[in-house]
Amino acid sequence: MSQTIEKQAFIETASSDDVIIKIRGLKKYFPIKRGVLRRKVGDIKAVDDISFDIKRGETLGLVGESGCGKSTAGRTILRLHEPTDGQVDFNGRDLTDLSKSEMRHARRDLQMIFQDPYSSLNPRMTVGSIIAEPLVIHGIGDSKSRKKRVKDLLELVGLNPYYVTRYPHEFSGGQRQRIGIARALATNPSFIVADEPISALDVSIQAQVVNLLDDLKKELGLTYLFIAHDLSMVRYISDRVAVMYLGKIVELGSRDDVYEHPLHPYTQALLSAIPMPDPELEGKRQRIILEGDVPSPANPPKGCRFHPRCGYATDICSQEDPEFRNLGTSDQPHMVACHHADQFV
Amino acid sequence: MSNTILEVRDLVTRFYTEEGIVYAVNGISYNLDEGESMAIVGESGSGKSVSVLSLMKLIPIPPGKIVQGEVILNGRDLLQLSNEELYNVRGNEIAMIFQDPMTSLNPVLTIGLQMTEAMQLHLGMTKEQATARAVELLELVGVGNAEDRLNDYPHQFSGGQNQRIGIAMGLSCNPSVLIADEPTTALDVTIQAQIMELVLKLKEQLGMSIIWITHDLGVVANLVEKVIVMYSGFIVESAPVNELYKHTSHPYTKGLLESLPQLAAQKNERLTPIPGNPPDQTQEPSHCAFAPRCRYVIDHCWEAIPPLESIGPDHFSACWRSQEIRSGLTIEAQTEGSAA
Repeated sequence: MSQTIEKQAFIETASSDDVIIKIRGLKKYFPIKRGVLRRKVGDIKAVDDISFDIKRGETLGLVGESGCGKSTAGRTILRLHEPTDGQVDFNGRDLTDLSKSEMRHARRDLQMIFQDPYSSLNPRMTVGSIIAEPLVIHGIGDSKSRKKRVKDLLELVGLNPYYVTRYPHEFSGGQRQRIGIARALATNPSFIVADEPISALDVSIQAQVVNLLDDLKKELGLTYLFIAHDLSMVRYISDRVAVMYLGKIVELGSRDDVYEHPLHPYTQALLSAIPMPDPELEGKRQRIILEGDVPSPANPPKGCRFHPRCGYATDICSQEDPEFRNLGTSDQPHMVACHHADQFV
Repeated sequence: MSNTILEVRDLVTRFYTEEGIVYAVNGISYNLDEGESMAIVGESGSGKSVSVLSLMKLIPIPPGKIVQGEVILNGRDLLQLSNEELYNVRGNEIAMIFQDPMTSLNPVLTIGLQMTEAMQLHLGMTKEQATARAVELLELVGVGNAEDRLNDYPHQFSGGQNQRIGIAMGLSCNPSVLIADEPTTALDVTIQAQIMELVLKLKEQLGMSIIWITHDLGVVANLVEKVIVMYSGFIVESAPVNELYKHTSHPYTKGLLESLPQLAAQKNERLTPIPGNPPDQTQEPSHCAFAPRCRYVIDHCWEAIPPLESIGPDHFSACWRSQEIRSGLTIEAQTEGSAA
């Protein structure tokens, strides 16, 4: 097993710039049904036409507020939701074309870490059987080699291998999240969607888990899609960051570009809203306080979806959907969907 | 400004469960002045919520029990009051805003009914007077179209709006103390910023005292004058906000601040987590609760519980090595705390 890991890591560092996942025009609509006949009266456009690439070996942070579609996007990429439209190319194969059994097989390489370490682990299973389950499902190894693998995995995520016979309730939130991570790593995946893996944890534990995920990425050559609403944590772990608002990606660029020179007014507002643990800095800061709430994705505003809350909005913003364009360089693209972004460059 | 309005003395709360005694709050004391805003910061299980719920006897009894302590509000000890007398205190003199706006409002009652109930009960208002005041309050907290919206149900509002309604309800009887129990944790950052802005504005306007409970040291930096840090049912550090951030003296507070991501971070900088796991509170405390995770730990830490001692202007810390840490002279312990 460890040989495979080494080999994989070698291949990945050799060609670190290529694309592992290519997402094109991905949409996920949930029908709204009303009345006795449950007739469809509309759609919740949870993910509405998003396209981006994830490079091998990178961490792409996907941020946005609740209801923006970031979790749905992550799940749709893994086909835990059937996409309404669009393509997800993984290593050159379109996942949306695969049959159910082919998809199940492909999931060996595509794993997920869930938000809530309390509800994502079966309370009636021992830690050992939780982590071994993916191995059993995919028919990897025999019972002896699985046991060895489970112990290795526990050690890898910083838990004592003697914990195999214990049950989830015996562990704290941070330890449970480590168990969830060990399970995701069991099949030796190359791509992991981490859906808010730290937001249910205590502050002092969050940093432990972020550091662990970072170490594992380097050690095993993993690629992450890291979904979060906490922008300050995303900065630590991501190479590139995508910002979502109401089902669309409004900004995508390298971490430093997005955090130091945000081009979309929404990103600017999000960054300015993060409270900082320093009263002196806080006193000096200019906050952009957004008015109102996120509109309903069932009936998004016409034109730019952010325009009703945007301080820079003009007539064109309520008419035309802004193009997702590159205002960075061709080497280091900085994509933004805003009519007025040029003034922020 | 320095009239003490709420005085908590040596409060001890325990839960007697089947698995044993949970030592939730282990003798905490603090003062809150008139018009002062204070934060109680701690992680889950630190006793921050239980300690304020105990003030109003809002913990489930049994299994909970307030073992000892005094809570003096406006000259009376709340813990000695009968339940009937407490009804007049809750919502009236001390009001509370809860963490989750979606679950703290009754989903089958209109918000108008929920808002006017307390005012009719506590202030003896007629329905019409209470309704008029409810409209006023909703406008104050920024819920537009207030008159029409009184007949709406909580699900017809967004999370941020529900929290505004919760705040309006908390304010309705002009409480002298408003307790906000993680009121922004369930909300998005942009909405959190709106709510914080609102509470700051209301405090200026209405001059009440606020206790803000949170796990996020970032949230309170610009919000309060005084901070109390709790760990495992103890107050480990308390100081005016600037002093706390500048001269952090307790290893736990230091660890919390270091584990927070800094927005102005340098490239590829790593986070500094606090090693180990939160403490088990079913053991009767006999030594410093933070010792197993502390990088400054010395032998003495395992022998006695450090008292909360004055170490600077209005600055208190419960650590045997506070003075060293405060002045930055510390040589860290050779051995790391027993990490997981």
